[in-house]
Amino acid sequence: MQSTLKHLLLVFLVVISFASQAQQQAEMADTMRSNGKIYVVVGIILIIIAGLFVYLFSLDKKVSRLEKSITEKPRKTK
Amino acid sequence: MKTWLKIVAVALVVYVHIGGLLFDVPRLNILNETIRNLYFHVPMWFGMTGLFSISLYHSIRYLRNPTLESDHKAVAFATTGIVFGLLGIFTGMLWANFAWGTFWTGDPKLNGAAIATLVYLAYFVLRGSVDSQEQRSRLSAVYNIFAYAAMVPLIFIIPRLSSSLHPGSGGNPGFNVYDLDSKMRMVFYPAVIGWFLVGYWISTLRIRILALEEKTAELDYAKHA
Repeated sequence: MQSTLKHLLLVFLVVISFASQAQQQAEMADTMRSNGKIYVVVGIILIIIAGLFVYLFSLDKKVSRLEKSITEKPRKTK
Repeated sequence: MKTWLKIVAVALVVYVHIGGLLFDVPRLNILNETIRNLYFHVPMWFGMTGLFSISLYHSIRYLRNPTLESDHKAVAFATTGIVFGLLGIFTGMLWANFAWGTFWTGDPKLNGAAIATLVYLAYFVLRGSVDSQEQRSRLSAVYNIFAYAAMVPLIFIIPRLSSSLHPGSGGNPGFNVYDLDSKMRMVFYPAVIGWFLVGYWISTLRIRILALEEKTAELDYAKHA
């Protein structure tokens, strides 16, 4: 009787220890957090670079539009 | 500049920022992860040198055949070049603070880079101080040749002849010290090409804006005449 109780207690403790271990190592969608969260830094730098390049493209377009309007104007006055 | 070349530039720079931060690099003491600065700090200098070379080419062209277009190109490439050079100095200072323990030392490479930057800043001072367009273009074209002839030995030759902390100086064979595996080249060369193309792109924008300013000035003149 006592030995079965001991066994039960042992099983209980083992289960608890496993459960607590599972809590410590909870696996999540961790790609963005692995390697010391370096992927977050990569993402942020890419956002900044993407923004700068979008800005550069829009500046390019603006200059093209100006070039168009300026070459069209003299023709109209003539 | 063709649109596909701009897209190539963007793709290279994006690739460099992914690969440069995530790919394996040699594990070296003191440098640690800062070895990755090779992908970001050094391409600024390569880009600057490339842009200054194009500026020199257009200055020589101006002296052989003085056109406003050559002058615009020379000044636009020099402007973008100096921006790259300043970024190179500031990134280098931050890196130096953690690799050598100070933002600045009296190192031949650092002082040479500082003097070269000042020499090029004087190019813009010269341009700003001459009113006549023709004189400004011709004087600054001549000065640009001298500036380039000073920049190359200051940054690339003198530091190699003397002792220097900086890699690629004091007899050190370029960045081969770092380059224990040639994996780093897979990111470094695309970084150099990508940033140079971005610099070229920005320069073409400046050239187009200069041409537009010239045209609006002409239109104004025609209106008042």
